[in-house]
Amino acid sequence: MANVALRNVHKTYPGGVEAIKGIDFEVGDGQFCVLVGPSGCGKSTLLRMVAGLETITGGDIDIGGRIVNQIEPADRDIAMVFQNYALYPHMSVYNNMAYGLRNRGMPKPEIDTRVQEAARILEIGALLDRKPRQLSGGQRQRVAMGRAIVRQPKVFLFDEPLSNLDAKLRIAMRVEIRKLQRRLKTTSIYVTHDQLEAMTLADILVVMNGGRVEQIGNPLEIYQKPATTFVASFIGAPPMNLMPLRDAGGFKAAGGDGILGIRPEDILLLNEAPAGGLALNLTVEAIERVGAETYIYGVRSQQGDAPTVSAKPGELPPGEVIVRVPGAIAPAIGERIRATAPREKLHLFSADGRQRIDL
Amino acid sequence: MVEHRPLNDIIAYAILTLGVFIVAFPVYLALIASTHDAATVISGNMPLLPGSHTLENYYRAVFVGGSRTSREPVGHMLFNSFVSALGIAMGKIFISILSAYAVVYFRFPFRKAAFWIIFVTLMLPVEVRIYPTYKVVSDLHMLDTYAGLILPLVASATGTLLFRQFFMTVPDELLEASRIDGAGPFRFFKDTLLPLSMTTIAALFVIQFIYGWNQYLWPLLITTQDSMQTIVTGIKKMLTTTDELAEWQLAMATAVLAMVPPVAVVVFMQRLFVRGLVETEK
Repeated sequence: MANVALRNVHKTYPGGVEAIKGIDFEVGDGQFCVLVGPSGCGKSTLLRMVAGLETITGGDIDIGGRIVNQIEPADRDIAMVFQNYALYPHMSVYNNMAYGLRNRGMPKPEIDTRVQEAARILEIGALLDRKPRQLSGGQRQRVAMGRAIVRQPKVFLFDEPLSNLDAKLRIAMRVEIRKLQRRLKTTSIYVTHDQLEAMTLADILVVMNGGRVEQIGNPLEIYQKPATTFVASFIGAPPMNLMPLRDAGGFKAAGGDGILGIRPEDILLLNEAPAGGLALNLTVEAIERVGAETYIYGVRSQQGDAPTVSAKPGELPPGEVIVRVPGAIAPAIGERIRATAPREKLHLFSADGRQRIDL
Repeated sequence: MVEHRPLNDIIAYAILTLGVFIVAFPVYLALIASTHDAATVISGNMPLLPGSHTLENYYRAVFVGGSRTSREPVGHMLFNSFVSALGIAMGKIFISILSAYAVVYFRFPFRKAAFWIIFVTLMLPVEVRIYPTYKVVSDLHMLDTYAGLILPLVASATGTLLFRQFFMTVPDELLEASRIDGAGPFRFFKDTLLPLSMTTIAALFVIQFIYGWNQYLWPLLITTQDSMQTIVTGIKKMLTTTDELAEWQLAMATAVLAMVPPVAVVVFMQRLFVRGLVETEK
């Protein structure tokens, strides 16, 4: 049980490429922290730095009050679950889990107790004699988790552990990982590019981009109040609609231009915009009906029928807007619809997208 | 898919059968010759069916040696060959797996250079470096010793390359998982890399055992005592007689015996051997 703190952490590769450009955050004891970001944003590198598989070229990583920069992975008291599971192919499931304990010189009976206990928790007791190649993807995943659990480490590190599973299993394992972590109360850091996994698992969500942290916080808070346009479009599916405003005038002086954001589900198909809200005329280009809801891909009309925003927020250039409505609604392709959004559901960002402006 | 026509099949089989016949017939002749007495073999009319002197010929070849030229019995030569082939095969595997491990997994100064130097030795087979090698071996007083037969042939670029290629296919995550599991470089090698390399080791063993067994020039140069010669050089010496008839039936029996161990190694290790060369999925 420990908290993990990163202080001004940097990583520069020998070639001069700066992968991590100064990261600070802290994961409290027993919390589940998710690092999320597009591929190449440095989230895996950061996790591997916590694990000790990558050197730290600047700043400190602190696990349980001890700076671990120079400490070998085995001595950091962490356990890691890899994306491809990295099970030892020639060892049985039992030995895969026991290997790390044996290397530590733990007495046999205790190893056995721990492995049996982990196997019971993960329901892989019947598989202990099998080799990894005789297991399905989900089972391998469980063994990889088992190998982490038996160590009883201070911190679990997960490197996209579910991305090799099929969609259905992924959801099941996601729930299971969350339950397991709640039960063991072990501090965890989890890397994923899947924003749904990130939202559902995290106590603390760290959104990364280009080697920097874009936003840290409670997942719902991040969803409701994204700090930048990057976060706004990365968290939430379908992504937030972002429209440049040539003159943000109507929406409080932001010093000229800005970017207006509306989540697809916040758009209502009404004729009259609510006071202070936004109204758009859309031509339906495509719809996707997924059952419970319908996604409408509309294009804002270009001329003649100029977009109207009741609170005069300046001009909106043409572009695509995604609207999420209940599944029963299904406008025809080419139909013109009027989309509105109340003022309190609008997000405004500075023109470079780096800053949120409160409306 | 190639079109199937009976005529094509017949032609293909005929050519293949002819090929097999051409390769196998001399071997068959050796086998036949080893079952007749000296007079029959020498007469010039080589029979195509086995004769009645099989046991006698093989007994003499293995335990007694030739009567007219006082040569070592084949039993001892087989032993010499076996020791040196085994020594060469195992030595090569030992050295090349360690050097490949170093080249692939460790970052040290001049790593690339080290690899290229190993690679370049492919261009220097024993025959090319035979004089300096002989000089070194003789200065070290290793003439007529097993060490002299084995050591100069132990370094192997082929083996290093084969292991290197294999190690590169082992996922990095295994090394990382080992590090987290507290396994140092030696443990990782012993517990993970070595068991995974078993098929590659088997393949290399087959190749190098036969390579060692078939060595001719080197043993011929450095062994002067009959008690140290290998079977491959021994056959030749059996036929070198000054004023008497060569005992062809014994030479043929020796040749047949010389073929047995490599064939046995291939037959028994074939399954592993093939897997080692074709297996890519780990």
